[in-house]
Amino acid sequence: MIGADAIVKCLEAEKVEQVFGYPGVAICPFYNSILDSKVRTILVRTEQNAAHAASGVARMTGRPGVCAVTSGPGATNIITGIATAFADSIPLVVITGQVNSELLGSDVFQEADITGATESFVKYSYLVRNVQDIPQIFKEAFYIANSGRKGPVLIDVPIDIQNAYVSKFSYPSEVSLRTYKPTVKGNAVQMKKVVYELGNAHRPIICAGGGVLTSGAKLLVRSFAEQHGIPVVTTMMGKGVMPTDHPLYYGMVGNNGIDYANRAMNEADVIMMVGARVADRAVNQPDLITKGKTLIHIDVDPAEIGKNAISTIPLVGDAKTIFQELVEMKFSGDYDDWIGTLEEYRKNHKNRRNPSAAYVDPARFIAMLSGAMEENAVYVADVGQNQIWSCANAVIRKGRFLTSGGMGTMGYSIPCALGAKLAEPDRQVVAVCGDGSFQMSMMELATFVQHHIQAKIVVISNGYLGMVRQYQHYAYKDHYSVVSLDGSPDLEKLVSAYGFDYLRLENMRNAKRVIEKFLKDENNVLLECIVDPMDLV
Amino acid sequence: MQKRVLQLLADNNSGVLSRISGLFSRRGYNIESITAGVTADPRFSRITIVTSGDRDVLEQIEKQVAKLEDVRTVCELKPDESVYRELALVKVRTTAAQRQEIVSLASIFRGNIIDVAPDCVIIEVTGNQSKVDALLKLLEGHEILELARTGIAGLSRGSEGVTHLA
Repeated sequence: MIGADAIVKCLEAEKVEQVFGYPGVAICPFYNSILDSKVRTILVRTEQNAAHAASGVARMTGRPGVCAVTSGPGATNIITGIATAFADSIPLVVITGQVNSELLGSDVFQEADITGATESFVKYSYLVRNVQDIPQIFKEAFYIANSGRKGPVLIDVPIDIQNAYVSKFSYPSEVSLRTYKPTVKGNAVQMKKVVYELGNAHRPIICAGGGVLTSGAKLLVRSFAEQHGIPVVTTMMGKGVMPTDHPLYYGMVGNNGIDYANRAMNEADVIMMVGARVADRAVNQPDLITKGKTLIHIDVDPAEIGKNAISTIPLVGDAKTIFQELVEMKFSGDYDDWIGTLEEYRKNHKNRRNPSAAYVDPARFIAMLSGAMEENAVYVADVGQNQIWSCANAVIRKGRFLTSGGMGTMGYSIPCALGAKLAEPDRQVVAVCGDGSFQMSMMELATFVQHHIQAKIVVISNGYLGMVRQYQHYAYKDHYSVVSLDGSPDLEKLVSAYGFDYLRLENMRNAKRVIEKFLKDENNVLLECIVDPMDLV
Repeated sequence: MQKRVLQLLADNNSGVLSRISGLFSRRGYNIESITAGVTADPRFSRITIVTSGDRDVLEQIEKQVAKLEDVRTVCELKPDESVYRELALVKVRTTAAQRQEIVSLASIFRGNIIDVAPDCVIIEVTGNQSKVDALLKLLEGHEILELARTGIAGLSRGSEGVTHLA
């Protein structure tokens, strides 16, 4: 057995079902070995998308997504994907080939210091120096990626190590790291304080972030809220923690959120932040959520607590473990007046949109599309105006809402949807992107075709990089610079070349019928919606 | 493998130390110790690196370090033309009965006792690395609770090689 075989054995031991990647000489021993394995290999069309696809797998399965690329440009191309996963705490194990150990540091062909280059975007990284270390390193990597605050781990494997002889392979059953011991269980004293504060609160609110979903605490947080009648808002990453039509759910907070959700945060007397970073897009002015109120901040990463807002009650631990205990703890509060106030806010919400009838209204379209999707469908939103429309209007019931929140990486939706569909082939998966983000990932249409993964892609077309255009509209008084997408291809011709069906929606008149057709289509399909180029979110 | 002490004068920019250590790790060079501190002119840092490798590697190290934009000069501090000093703080467990022995050991090395607790003392010793090593060797019979070494700082003797920072 050689190192490459050992790597494949490690992946099998971790029950990895698929590896996304792109071969090159420096990773060829690995790709040679994996041919004899049941682990499926998926050739993406550019390395960045291998990481996004693995991110889709990770988010659906709760286990690290795996990708393997070659040294040099293969490795540097995947950095954006790694950074995207890091920003959203998505567990990945990224394997990169590397030049011969002897030649490291001598700038030979396709050498890149990838452990150095990714230093600030990985949870941890390894450069394998000894082939015998492979089982231990992989065991650790999977453990680190998927425990505590999850995130990407990179393993750089020089080609001579992949080819070196392994004397004895045994995959460790356990891992114990001297310097890495994430806190999972909540401190009992702090838990009591949480319950005490909630019991005495008049206007409590739970703000759920992406951490609730990554830790698998969705149903627990929901039943905790229901048990005590506490209203819930979410960050963008937390969308889906509550079904959109849940009476206790008041929508997404933040500068792209809905007014009554932000109002609820501002007027609450006790805020329970769970698995959320209090980052700028969700909480524009951290002062507002700490001044004169009690902030309970629950996060598995102690460094997040107090980073952007000083909390009254810090509670470090895994959301699932903490809520398993919290749902058992007794307290009673009366929040009926508060709910009444919030209902009033919700009722008085004015939809200020004034869409032109000559185009598709993206807000209404997204509500209709997601409403018509299967109950447990996966909605993958890209980045741009389309993301904001999706966040505000997508109806999520038992399904998932996946998007690149922290990094805001354009082109995320198509490869992420590919990974999600591969992980759960029986679920309906729809990627919704703009015409800008589509063109950042359109090379992956071939990947769907090659590997027989069903693609359902919606392109919200407005001929602009809409989000930037909108910013230039406000900040530069319509002085548009480098935002026109003139030159974009005819999408019908383009997707036909890949054997996709093409559907087009130019206004809302046929929306229902076209959406139905789109969702029913068993072939790969792309639906292009023509929206007003001047529309604002 | 030879040991070499390099002295760098670098712009006192944020991140300069990380650029240097990044270079060493990326190219697989050894660092035995690295110390940095601001010079008399606060725009500059003086950095002393103890590294090792064979002759070709050491030559590459010097060239690669010199290539860094923030680095103004690199020179080798040769043992016979330079002075090196390292500071070590050693926390040793002692009983009242042993304390005097530790104190006299320290004084042989011109070390100072800078903290005394009922069950331990902290020795401060300054010297070249072999002097610090020698003290630690003599302390082997005692329990060293904690040890902090700074790594060496060095200067060349005389005024010949001085870089004027004006």
